[in-house]
Amino acid sequence: MERILTKKIQQDFPLLQRGVAYLDNASTTQKPQAVLDAMNAYYTECCANVHRGIYAISEDASARFEAVRDQVQQFIGAGHREEIIFTSGTTASLNMIARMLGATCSAGDEIILTEMEHHANLIPWQIVARERGLKLQFLRAREDGEIYAEDLQALCTPRTKIFALTHLSNASGYRTPLAELTRLAHEQHLLVVVDAAQSVPHIPINVAELDIDFLTFSAHKMCGPTGVGVLYGKKALLERLEPAFGGGHMIAHVTLEGSTWAELPMKLEPGTPNIAGIIGFGAALTYLSQIGMQAIEQHIHQLHTDALKKLTALPGIRILGPKDHSTITGILSFAVNGIHPHDIASVLDNEGVAVRAGHHCAQPLMTAWGVSATTRASFYFYNTEEDVNRFIAAIQKTQQLFLP
Amino acid sequence: MNIYQEEILEHYRHPHNTGQLEHADVVQQEYNPFCGDKLTLYLTFVDNKVAEVRFMGEGCAISQAATSMLTDKIAGMTRKQIQQLTKEDVLQLLGIELGPTRLKCALLSLQGIHHAIQQAPTPTSKDVTA
Ligand SMILES: Cc1ncc(COP(=O)(O)O)c(C=O)c1O
Repeated sequence: MERILTKKIQQDFPLLQRGVAYLDNASTTQKPQAVLDAMNAYYTECCANVHRGIYAISEDASARFEAVRDQVQQFIGAGHREEIIFTSGTTASLNMIARMLGATCSAGDEIILTEMEHHANLIPWQIVARERGLKLQFLRAREDGEIYAEDLQALCTPRTKIFALTHLSNASGYRTPLAELTRLAHEQHLLVVVDAAQSVPHIPINVAELDIDFLTFSAHKMCGPTGVGVLYGKKALLERLEPAFGGGHMIAHVTLEGSTWAELPMKLEPGTPNIAGIIGFGAALTYLSQIGMQAIEQHIHQLHTDALKKLTALPGIRILGPKDHSTITGILSFAVNGIHPHDIASVLDNEGVAVRAGHHCAQPLMTAWGVSATTRASFYFYNTEEDVNRFIAAIQKTQQLFLP
Repeated sequence: MNIYQEEILEHYRHPHNTGQLEHADVVQQEYNPFCGDKLTLYLTFVDNKVAEVRFMGEGCAISQAATSMLTDKIAGMTRKQIQQLTKEDVLQLLGIELGPTRLKCALLSLQGIHHAIQQAPTPTSKDVTA
């Protein structure tokens, strides 16, 4: 099979030189040298706070920082740069939007989530629901493991205000029918909040085309540093929302009794941001754009297909998630008959293959699947067929060890 | 180091002391939130010593083997002796070294047994200093 991307790309990643077959990319990805250099350059060339100093190095830092906002805007196809709010990660973005939207709801209003959400898109809503007397409804997967727009329709009532869902499940790799669900949710006058932590790193996304109201993702899952995330929101909506957090930088006029807010995006970015991290994220976006998101998606798809075929050829393997494997990308969540996921991950570790074993922050989904944990291999564009083969060989070795 | 020594695999495949005790003095449930593993321990005490012990639950080879070995070890031990059991004792039983994550698997049963001891019926006076 001809490969879109070659092993040469691994040379850009210092950690990959250690020879590990790193297949825990859904958790976090490796960082190319260019990202580390950009962060280092901020600290050595223009370490100053942003938007404050009237001196040259602060202006230099501010320029590098704000340039990343433009990059993110372009990367996800947002209409306006001030629709890009920097946060510390998907979790922070989701908590923030849950608080801000929750504040617009009244007791008895309803919010729909799916049963396959990461805890980051479940617990924040549980918290606001408890505080404000809101009701959570859950869109469940059908027998085939998939989610259907008609089922969303059936859950909607006149009190339903918000629909929050994952675009790509980190536990199964299932890609939800986002465009269709968003269309239907909008017909029902719901606001749509998308957890795109897994999809933005893997798939070209255009928020304007998809007509998404709010979208969240993390830099560290797409070659950027930890501690940086994005909350995208339609400008007209973000303008109407009251900030969830206050502090420096987000105000226009302050008295002891009360304050008015700054314009977007400052209104929603109180305090000193993760300047070095955001600048590093900019370098990651440049890097990903040079490779091209289409090429990235295709390469991951090839590896995934290859791994799926080889894994399901082994005895006693059950792939978790939708039955139609064509709806899964980038992630393989599976059970091996008679072997606990922890033991699989331990043996694989011994063989230099890094995978995740656990509930993947999706305990309700594990309950629905009737397991306590799964083993998960997740791919990124720098993985190779050789990584897949090492992974498969290590699974075989585990079976030999445990199932004599 | 390969942590899957033959003895550990043997305990995993054929764990000792599995099952329930209808007449248990203490039933203790433990949960490892990291991996979702659950463990239930059943103990009876006679003269302040563990008379019988059984366990139920699913887990990885490390947690199953540790529970199997530890339940063997505590049969006949006094409450005080059990309280003094440490992480090192469990690692010694297993005969391996473990990283911080797998250590949680290995120590689930010790944690459960320590919790169970706290709930055990009050000792008779002659055994208090045992
Ligand atoms: C689907 C999904 N949502 C949310 C998150 C949370 O992201 P973070 O830990 O970067 O805040 C993750 C990361 O594991 C994820 O996979």
